Amino acid sequence: MPEFLADLLNQNAIFTATTVGHYWDGLVTTVQLVFLSLVIGLLLAVPLAILRTVKNPFVSGPVWLYTYIFRGTPLLIQLYIIYYGIGQIDGIQDTFWWDIFREPFYPALLAFTLNTAAYTTEIIRGALVATPHGEIEAAQAYGMSWLLRMRRIILPSAFRRALQAYSNEVIFMLHASAIASVVTIVDLTGAARDIYSRFYAPFVAFIAVAVIYMALTFLIVYCFRRLERRMLRHLKPLNQ
Amino acid sequence: MLDFHGYGPELLRGALVTTELAFASLALALGIGLLGASAKLSGSRSAKGIATFYTTVIRGIPDLVMMMLFYYGGQVLMNRLSDYLYYNYEIDFFVQFDPFISGVLTIGLIFGAYMTETFRGAFLAVDSGQIEAGRAYGMSRVQIFFRIMFPQMLRHALPGLGNNWQVLLKTTALVSIIGLSDMVRIAEQASKAEHEPFKFFIPVAAMYLTLTAISELAIKWLNKRANVGVAGGA
Repeated sequence: MPEFLADLLNQNAIFTATTVGHYWDGLVTTVQLVFLSLVIGLLLAVPLAILRTVKNPFVSGPVWLYTYIFRGTPLLIQLYIIYYGIGQIDGIQDTFWWDIFREPFYPALLAFTLNTAAYTTEIIRGALVATPHGEIEAAQAYGMSWLLRMRRIILPSAFRRALQAYSNEVIFMLHASAIASVVTIVDLTGAARDIYSRFYAPFVAFIAVAVIYMALTFLIVYCFRRLERRMLRHLKPLNQ
Repeated sequence: MLDFHGYGPELLRGALVTTELAFASLALALGIGLLGASAKLSGSRSAKGIATFYTTVIRGIPDLVMMMLFYYGGQVLMNRLSDYLYYNYEIDFFVQFDPFISGVLTIGLIFGAYMTETFRGAFLAVDSGQIEAGRAYGMSRVQIFFRIMFPQMLRHALPGLGNNWQVLLKTTALVSIIGLSDMVRIAEQASKAEHEPFKFFIPVAAMYLTLTAISELAIKWLNKRANVGVAGGA
């Protein structure tokens, strides 16, 4: 940290170098948690969404059940079940899994990933179902196989349609990640809670963290807007 | 049969608290939403500005952070106000900022912002010919609002309201974090005491699923009723 910044911080009663560092650590944890769960969730959601559109109910049924349960219950409950439940599985404490899941970070990551995967599956499914028939027929007429059709025609256009809804899901996930602080993870909200209880200054502690979350939210909105402008360029009116 | 180690009645009471919380927050959110939508659609620049600021800020902040700000900060503010009133005017006034009030305030404010957008869109969807017809009949602005705008707006608002309600219902779980004895908190305490997390959390999850499933049916029914007068309507 630069000298003048440290000097400035040391004159402040609450925002000392220590507390700012604490907030920074919280920010890093929040970003890691949200980013990892979103990436893994998206990777899970694409095949699940394709399975969900299959006509055979024995294939699409389980996926439907999964998304129904995870979208119909609060994320907090899912987090509690995974966080408290994992230690109760018989024999897990003797395996290497226990070394991973003993840290609260990984149960939270698992809960967040499963939750966002369920929502994203439904978003992508909606986009897949909305594919114009003509596009699929044209691809079939060209003699494309199912895989090629998926890869070149259906998925790219579905991703474009899903973008808007997915940006909402990303923001939702950022905000939902605040509950990680409940299972002793020191994310942004956890840092704010620590600083609140240390200085008994609820306004400073929570408003500061609210501003950071807001900045992150606007950053996400900005990035998605850029991405949309790029990916939906062909839909823009000509003379603009 | 299921054995809840004597926590069964308490869990049921917790479910009641969850429902009360959800309905109280819904009422507040609907009120704020109507106000916000009116402000956004009004000609006044400052009203529009305030409403836009409100919806933008709310959408940037996590619900849990706002809840803690209200719960912990609200008490501090209340104490200061109470001290001030007592020392300066000798008025003995004090309100305990309990988790229920903080929860209703937070959830109401958050979903008020979403309702604002829903209602705004619904008001805009009302055919302007209808309003002109009302004016031609010599109705006052208040009459136009209550007889024409409001009933016709509801039909357009219902799907959005239904979605918001489903999300709101799940958000109520967060209030257990600041100490409200809803079913989530009771399940947490019970599972800690009995070391059986699955036994207590899975019924609570099932309860939430039941509530959302019932809501889904109710919303479908309301939608059908609201669209009764529309040819080819849902």
